[in-house]
Amino acid sequence: MQLTATTAKTVLTLKQRPHIPLEAEVLTPDRLAFKTRDEIAALPLVLGKRQVRVDDYFDVEGDGSHELEIHGDVGRVKWIGRGMTRGRIVIRGNAGMHLGAFMSGGAIEVDGNASDWVGGEMRGGLIRVTGNAGGQIGAAYRGSMSGMRDGTILIGGTAGLEVGMRMKRGIIAIRGKVKDFAGLQMKGGTIVLMSGAEIRTGAWMVRGTIISLAPLRLLPTFAFTSAYDPTFLNLYSKCLAPYGFALPRAGKEGIYRRYMGDSAVPGKGELLVWQPNSP
Amino acid sequence: MRGNSILRIVGGRVYDPANGVDGVVRDLCICDGKIVADVEAGRTIDATGMVVFPGGVDVHTHVAGAALNFARAMIPEDHRRNLAFVRDRIRHGGIGGSTPTTYITGYLYAGQGYTTVNEAAVPILTARHTHEELRDTPIIDKSTCVLMANNEIVLDLLEAGEYERAKEVVGWSIWAAKAYGVKAVNPGGVTAWKWGKDVKGFREPVPGYSKVTPADIVSSLAKIVDELRLPHAVHLHCNNLGAPGNVATTLETMKALEGSRAHLAHLQYHAYGGDDWTNFRSESVRIAEEFNRNPNLTTDAGAVLFGNTVTITADGPWQHLLHKLTGRKWGNIDVENETGCGVVPYVYKEKNLVNAVQWAVGLELLLLIDDPWRIYLTTDHPNGAAFWRYPEIIRLLMDLDFRREQIRKLAPAALNRIFLPELNRCYTLYEIAIITSAGPARALGLANKGNLGVGADADVAVFNNDKDAAKMFSYPRYVIKGGEIVIEEGEIRNTVEGKGLLVRPHYDPSVEDFIRPLFEKHYTMSFDNYPVELERVEHAEVRPCN
Repeated sequence: MQLTATTAKTVLTLKQRPHIPLEAEVLTPDRLAFKTRDEIAALPLVLGKRQVRVDDYFDVEGDGSHELEIHGDVGRVKWIGRGMTRGRIVIRGNAGMHLGAFMSGGAIEVDGNASDWVGGEMRGGLIRVTGNAGGQIGAAYRGSMSGMRDGTILIGGTAGLEVGMRMKRGIIAIRGKVKDFAGLQMKGGTIVLMSGAEIRTGAWMVRGTIISLAPLRLLPTFAFTSAYDPTFLNLYSKCLAPYGFALPRAGKEGIYRRYMGDSAVPGKGELLVWQPNSP
Repeated sequence: MRGNSILRIVGGRVYDPANGVDGVVRDLCICDGKIVADVEAGRTIDATGMVVFPGGVDVHTHVAGAALNFARAMIPEDHRRNLAFVRDRIRHGGIGGSTPTTYITGYLYAGQGYTTVNEAAVPILTARHTHEELRDTPIIDKSTCVLMANNEIVLDLLEAGEYERAKEVVGWSIWAAKAYGVKAVNPGGVTAWKWGKDVKGFREPVPGYSKVTPADIVSSLAKIVDELRLPHAVHLHCNNLGAPGNVATTLETMKALEGSRAHLAHLQYHAYGGDDWTNFRSESVRIAEEFNRNPNLTTDAGAVLFGNTVTITADGPWQHLLHKLTGRKWGNIDVENETGCGVVPYVYKEKNLVNAVQWAVGLELLLLIDDPWRIYLTTDHPNGAAFWRYPEIIRLLMDLDFRREQIRKLAPAALNRIFLPELNRCYTLYEIAIITSAGPARALGLANKGNLGVGADADVAVFNNDKDAAKMFSYPRYVIKGGEIVIEEGEIRNTVEGKGLLVRPHYDPSVEDFIRPLFEKHYTMSFDNYPVELERVEHAEVRPCN
């Protein structure tokens, strides 16, 4: 029998919330696309040290396709979209740790909250979370030289520690407040903080750009260089605006103050902090 | 351990250099863990068209101990890159990669036909831990070398001219560590490192001392090892490892060793010319010529392969330099009065000139040193590459076309710094059997290893005769350890336990009265907890020294 990926969706609905984390790296369009409903139902998940089947925890509807929709609170389901290269995953509910880790293409949308390590070491693609996310977004796993190398991560709510740790390229934009160490040891790429961050932003950063629309408590190892209108932000703003992350232009409303650091490393990263004009 | 299976391997082409057997088709009989002349009953293995080798012997590797564990903890990224070994009915679980876990080390070594390894650097202080790990390293037999060349008690005695007492201390230390041989790493340099320094000249006093020089330490230890009648010569990691222009130090060291036996470890790292990293080049020809003239010496290649690995050595100052050069993470361990240790992850890159030279030098030495009985295949695991990549080196040695293809991948600027493109020698299977088994066994003084003669240990590897040597030596069809089949059809079928090989040198027990007060004054642990009990070594095989 010749199998082709159907244009229809594959829909998984969580039957019961696992009592311990369930590891589900098979849940990617790459793995599901050319499988029948029954084959998908039989794929392995790992619950603690035991192997279980997809249909032990999910109702499966439809054959494999490039479009996977997951319903229910999968906040305890880890590694969804791991290493995916194409297609789309939509999660209607909360997502668990390591969502889209190592992915290189395709898109993941979460209508809910996500946990830590969203897009850990991702290489490309898009991850969009409407709610809050945890820490280590787009970060390097422990011991690795670099975090995300490309792609886009958009978080509608708040985020935790070490956002973009060791990232090399790509964009992370976060609408809510972010905790400590955003851009820790950053090597490149861009982090947009729409509501600012707590302390030690950009610590040990070597290169890359952190843009904050709210005031930041800066490390003493960042030096003010200039206040200006970075033209490249135009392009970024155009690209991010459809997702609701428009950046203000310097002009009548305010200006970007540029700081360079972290001179403790020493690094040439930049922090661009929006300063509205006083009325 | 000694098995009780009865086996007859029929029809294989046997390579047994220890007995001058070069590819002769004949049967091999095994009974009670030994090679025997004939057997009556038992199982028959049809090895028609296959190649029969004595089990491999690794003369220099780092597979257990505090430093290795430290490295394992330091490189989670390496563990993630490598596939986990899942536990099954026969095997324990674990992880491979640059620093495989204990059980996996045993499986991987056996999985490429190796049955004996020498853990080349053990401080007395962590010998207990090392033996615990070796106990969990199945299948292979294990020996260890105890680190002596930066031991401050020994150095103080040499400084004071008390050679005889130094000899007693070395003898006591070997037995205390339940070791098989004596290792010298960067003699004097690691002691100097404790003051933030390294030794500069081979004949200049070690920092902190007024008289004793690296040359004194090297020649004294070589003489001590000979006088203690250890089966393996002093195992020497020369000064100035890895540094441009270190060829001068290595040649001086060879001169200082005249009249004694010595094993020069990972010679590749000690055969460089140039004054700095910009004109770094191979000096393998000079090293090989001098080495060929000195029949008292043996060596191992310490070859490098391109890719990810982690460097682990007692050479603390070098590791600090490497960390500064690469910007990679760095671990440093101080081992009280005995030695130190550094750990730095590293990537050897084809397009990096220094790495290209290192890659070439390892192969050049293997090709230029004309007696295969005196140079052995190693990568100084995990420093040059992980041991499970040995088959790749074998292919580079045997297959000239493949070697030329690899040379073409180097940056053109590297080519006038190396000699490799001019070398056309190719290893034969017989020579491969020497450098991977018979030779290192002889250097270690293990008469029953690397030998398929009657009475030898029944450690045998049977390979498919494949044109691609890398494939051939990566997947043996059968591996027999101590007479038991452990690998069959390329799969682990049985995990026997290996032996712990150690020696008992003669020394005056009263030397303990000299060591004890020094120890109690300077060390952080109790003297009575210091020596490793014999019971700690699993299946110990103690050799007398005579």
